[in-house]
This record gives sequence, structure tokens and C-alpha cells, in this order.
Amino acid sequence: MDKQRRKFLKIAGVTALAGLSAPVVVNLTTAQALASTSKEQTAAGGPAAAHGGEAAAKGGIRLGMLIDMRKLYGRPELLEKVMAVCNKVHNIPKIEGKKSEIKWIWKTPYANAFIDQSTYHTSKIAKENDFLVLCNHCDQPPCVRVCPTKATFIDKKTGIVAMDYHRCIGCRFCMMGCPYGARSFNWMDPQPFIKQLNPDFPARMRGVVEKCNFCGERLALGKEPACVEAVKEIGAIVFGDLNDPQSEIRRILDKEHTIQRSAALGTKPSVFYIV
Amino acid sequence: MEMYNKGTIIPGLIIFVLLITFPLWFNAFSTASTVPKVELPPGGQKECVAPAVEMRANHMVLLNTWRDEVLRDGNRVAVKVGGKEYRKGLQTACMACHTNKEKFCDSCHVYTSVTPFCWDCHLTPSVAAAKKETN
Repeated sequence: MDKQRRKFLKIAGVTALAGLSAPVVVNLTTAQALASTSKEQTAAGGPAAAHGGEAAAKGGIRLGMLIDMRKLYGRPELLEKVMAVCNKVHNIPKIEGKKSEIKWIWKTPYANAFIDQSTYHTSKIAKENDFLVLCNHCDQPPCVRVCPTKATFIDKKTGIVAMDYHRCIGCRFCMMGCPYGARSFNWMDPQPFIKQLNPDFPARMRGVVEKCNFCGERLALGKEPACVEAVKEIGAIVFGDLNDPQSEIRRILDKEHTIQRSAALGTKPSVFYIV
Repeated sequence: MEMYNKGTIIPGLIIFVLLITFPLWFNAFSTASTVPKVELPPGGQKECVAPAVEMRANHMVLLNTWRDEVLRDGNRVAVKVGGKEYRKGLQTACMACHTNKEKFCDSCHVYTSVTPFCWDCHLTPSVAAAKKETN
């Protein structure tokens, strides 16, 4: 009897020890296995990813934009027209000053638009012209990752990086996250600074971040984005589904050499440029 | 049976009852608080997206539902009621008929002391019209 009890305790002790240590052992071994495979993966897909290559195209619609700057060089009035149309359609206030200004689509010099491109002995065209920039509606948007309230999110149906101003708490994490400066904060009530109001679209309030919405409200009515429409006659901006091989934007993308802003960051912008 | 201090107790009780029922008879005789009368659409529209009783009770729920459908689900499909299409939204649907915020929205909101923040961003027709000509 006594001997049996001693034996039982021994077995129970060993079993308990094995049971406790098993998860640790399993964790250690699988982690090692994962580490080795991920190393292989980065070795294979690393360079491609670094140059903005899309891994595997996601299904569904992913709206994108192509700005053919060749058609806009030397025509600053067209850039102004595009910006003015956007401001009018979306009730964007005109506030002076780098800190307080609200921008959805705006113009900026080459060096600011394409900070990862060399400006050493750059062409005269790049030196003398401003470039249209806007929210890139990235496939991997850093702003969405950092938003604590999901006020900004990817619209699954269109790929648009959308804003829900009702949810925005004005923490400005998204502004820190966005490498393109495409987001603006309302430091004050914007309404007194709006020249002309579009009754079909709301304004914003003090304390929210705002940005381009790819004209989601116009797309719903079967219209093109306002900026696309503004320069329609010369076709300087093309808008469409990046996932549809038959779309106009894809046909041009397949044919022409295009660049994206700061593609190496891996945000996978949906706005392309021909410069 | 003889009651002591009848002269003080009886008037005292009467005063007490009058005081405790003050809210009741004050409301009965005062005109300070009357149920607000809202202005019906100046355009003469009779139909809404739902019956008036339901709208009165649940318009805020409907607005939140529309907001979530439009913004979060990307569902901007117009609501069709009685042959008329309404584009989901405070500005595009509601205020297209109920053009006067002060005489429609505010009349009840002030009465019930609620301060919805809709118009922090959303524009009333009068606000939008005021900034239409200037450019």
C-alpha cells in the first residue's frame, strides 16, 4: 500500500511537470519554424515589396487615380481650377497658414510631391511646375492602422479610405501616420471660412480631421470625381478600378510608365503619376 | 373628541398640501409650457419616409441608421417611399422638405431640452442659401 502511494505520487508529479512545460516547448518549436519561413519569404518578396509591388491583387473593386502631369505642365490655371472645384463641391474652408489650412487636393513642387526621387540635376519641367497631390487612398493605409476609433477606414466595396466625421475625436494620430500630409485638422469652426456652400454636402466642425474622399458621394450618383470632371476635356486625370484589367486606368497603367508617391514606404498608393 | 391646537394644525395642513401639489396646479394654470407645434413642410409635401408618429419617436434612430449605411457600408442607394426617392441624409432627404430648421427641428428640441450636434457640420437650407451668391 505504502509503496503504491509513493509510485502514484511520482507519476503524478512527472505528468504535471510535462503538462505544464508542454505549451512552452510547443511555442518555442513553432516560433522557430515560423521564423525560418518568414525569413525565406522576405528574401523572396523583399525587393519587390520595397519597390511598391503589390503582392496579390485583392478581389473586388479598388478605385484608383492616374494623374497625367504631361497634360498639366505649363498650365497652372488648370491646377487652380481642379482645386477650386474640389473646394466648392466639398465645402472646404479657405484658411491661411500652414498649420490651419485645409487641403483635399492641392499643388506642391516636385521635391515635396516625390520626396524619394532625386532632385539632383532634375529636369526643367520638374523644377518649374507644381504637382497635384491628394490622399493616395492606400491599400495599406497607415492612417487607418493608427485610428483609435475607426473613424477612418477602408470602404471594402470601393477601396476608398473613407472618413466618418461622426466618429473622429480629433486625436490627429492619422495625421502623424500619413506620410503624404493628406490630412488636415480643423483647429477652428471652418464654416465662416467657406466662401460658397454646396447644400448637397455637409461641412465639418472644429476638432475633426478631414481629407479627400475620392468623391464617394458623387460616385453614388453615377458622376466622376469633381477633379476628374474639371480637366475632362484634356483627360489629365483618369479614374477607375485598378482591379479591372479592362478599365481605362488599367490600360494606361499597362502601357505607360507611372510612379507613385513614396512607394518604398509600402503603403501601396492608389494614385499614380505620369511625370 | 377635542383636538389640541386645531387653529394651527388645520391651516398648516392646508398650506402643506398646497405646497406639495404646487407643480400640478402651477402647470394647470400656467402657459409657460405648451406642447410645441411644428411647421409642416412649406412646400406642401404630405408624405414622409415613415408615418409622422413613427418619425416623431424614432427619427434619430433612422438618421443614425442612414449615417452608418451611407458612410460605413457604402450603401447610398436612395430610399423609395410612395413613388418618391429620398437620398439618405439629413440635408438631402429631411431638409429638402423640412426647410426651416428653426420652426421644425428646433421647436421640439428646445422644448425637450436636447441639443443634437447635427448642425455643427450639416447645413440648413437657409445657411446654405446665405452663402450661395457670394463668391
